[in-house]
Amino acid sequence: MKKTLALVLAMCMLAACFAGCGSAKTETAEPTAAPAGDAAPSADAAPAAFKIGGTGPLTGGAAIYGNAVANGAKIAVDEINEAVGYTYFDLRIEDDAHDAEKAVNAYNALKDWGMQLSLGSTTSTPCSATAAETYADRIFALTPSASSPAVIEGKDNVFQMCFLDYPTQGGASAQYIGTMKLATKVGILWKNDEDYSTGLRNSFVDKAAEMGLEIVSEQTFTEGNADFSVQLTELQNAGAELVFLPMYYQPASLIFAQAAAMGYAPKWFGVDGMDGILTMEGFDPQMAEGVMLLTPFNADSKEAKTAAFVAKYRELYGDTPNQFAADAYDCIYAYKQALDAAGATPDMSNEELCDLMIKTFTSMTFDGLTGTGMTWDATGAVSKGAHGCVIENGAYVGLD
Amino acid sequence: MTTLINYLLSGISLGSVYAIIALGYTMVYGIAKMLNFAHGDVIMVGAYICFFATSRYHLPPLLGVLGAMAVCTVLGILVERLAYKPLRSAPSLAVLITAIGVSYLLQNGAQLLWTPNPKVFSPIVGNGRVTLLDGQVSVSHVALVTIASCVVIMLGLTWFTSKTKMGKAMRACSEDKGAAQLMGINVNRTISVTFAIGSALAALAGVLLCSAYPTLVPTTGSMPGIKAFTAAVFGGIGSIPGAMLGGILLGVIEIFAKAYISTQLSDAVVFAVLIIVLLVKPTGLLGKQINEKV
Repeated sequence: MKKTLALVLAMCMLAACFAGCGSAKTETAEPTAAPAGDAAPSADAAPAAFKIGGTGPLTGGAAIYGNAVANGAKIAVDEINEAVGYTYFDLRIEDDAHDAEKAVNAYNALKDWGMQLSLGSTTSTPCSATAAETYADRIFALTPSASSPAVIEGKDNVFQMCFLDYPTQGGASAQYIGTMKLATKVGILWKNDEDYSTGLRNSFVDKAAEMGLEIVSEQTFTEGNADFSVQLTELQNAGAELVFLPMYYQPASLIFAQAAAMGYAPKWFGVDGMDGILTMEGFDPQMAEGVMLLTPFNADSKEAKTAAFVAKYRELYGDTPNQFAADAYDCIYAYKQALDAAGATPDMSNEELCDLMIKTFTSMTFDGLTGTGMTWDATGAVSKGAHGCVIENGAYVGLD
Repeated sequence: MTTLINYLLSGISLGSVYAIIALGYTMVYGIAKMLNFAHGDVIMVGAYICFFATSRYHLPPLLGVLGAMAVCTVLGILVERLAYKPLRSAPSLAVLITAIGVSYLLQNGAQLLWTPNPKVFSPIVGNGRVTLLDGQVSVSHVALVTIASCVVIMLGLTWFTSKTKMGKAMRACSEDKGAAQLMGINVNRTISVTFAIGSALAALAGVLLCSAYPTLVPTTGSMPGIKAFTAAVFGGIGSIPGAMLGGILLGVIEIFAKAYISTQLSDAVVFAVLIIVLLVKPTGLLGKQINEKV
């Protein structure tokens, strides 16, 4: 009796686990499948669709990024399919739970499905793994958000959409601080078990010396750290007038709260990962008052395309999109532009498409939500401008 | 000197959060003799309930805390009834694995229900601070409330387990389930009550944890849960005063290690101290040596 009960229970738990993964997947797969069904009767007239696949963390601790990418890409795909009147893109995003091994499995599933073009992976570590596969299989990849240089290094068919590979962003921040004379004594608080944060910090330090900034204190933390009292006290004692925070917004929100509680109020300078802090439910915008950051995407922008995207995203997902969603949206439109320009058709093999895309991406200029006049060089890195923003009364205000 | 005092105070406030979680761990372990790894996730659920009550529905903080405790009590009893009770006579390894399963279930359930997007918890007692020595030393209200509740809970639990009928039944179960049953104690009910109390404490711990460190995500409870488990082992698992002592010491060691050794190695230092203590005193600081009769 007990055994059967235990068995039933175990099954329930298993079922719940699968239900969790399943529903996350169908969310992205369903809407693309539906138009495909609608288009089926007229399949002779309408050409087949381009199959785009990608992996991202739809579950687990980094799920916020994977879901943002899946949602942003889906909005763009639906818009394009609606505009052309048939299924132009067929999109499938698989869960990789921010894990390189799972990402490769997910990638193989996508390959079996017949993926012709790839969105790579959402986050850097899994994307480095899938990028190696796309390179070997000659499938063109454009990752919305994996910013590590390792992702594109030595691979002619892997491109990035995300704002400035970070060697540039850290340097750009230091340059901005130096040119605007925001401070001379600078502290850095960074997360030293993360590629993203470490890369930004390194490039910041390199440029800081050149700009005459004095780095008075460097403090670090690792995953799961919640108490910043020691780091903040050290920064305060070292007399840092400005603190550079190369990190995502979640630890930053803790830092602001604890600094405010101990009465330490330097100038804060963030990076693109800081974007999203204002949309955290329950966040007191007063905490982030005066925080400066360089960002490619501003959800509060009045610009028509961005405003329409933000409104649609809010309506569908009840949330404000972050830059990951915007980058994914741009990826789909960049693909559309490149495919049109190259005259590609869905019956082409992935090798043919790969060669065409490499040629087209390195020669075209693309205007999207996350920047205008974007271009790509042969390494796959994108070049687009950074906007300096400051948070005032809970909204971004452009600095330049 | 003032920096040292400030660090000591931060250590104590961090430690008191660990201590309050460790009390729940040690309570359940002491009675049911099982490591409830889902404890950290019950904390997270409690924090979410309180967050929704106070931030979404604008209820007074006290109601939020009580609501969280009520929901977590029910959750704790349900988890015990559905996941652990059927395994009461199974090997302890099976129960341990089930507990890890429940932990994942709660985390992913929370992610489905409440999305993985981080939420910011507003402290239930405000952001105020008490300053001493001309403002050079300060301690937050949240920390004071946490330390006070920690002491109250510890005393309350000690009294409960040593003086009340239910408490005595719990101790009897902890020593020998079979004999307790023969003496007319309803073992299943006693263990359910233990889980109910442990989960209510978890809810309170969740609220205090998120008041001190306000970012709330579905994985909020896991790291503090592991640290608190360490604290419970450090103080002597099963011992109620031990959990409190272990928690506070762990917090102080962590902060001092960060300040004077290395921010990166602080966790390593904490665990190194744990290993040394366990080598010298295998039952933990206040753990009792129980001789097994063969």
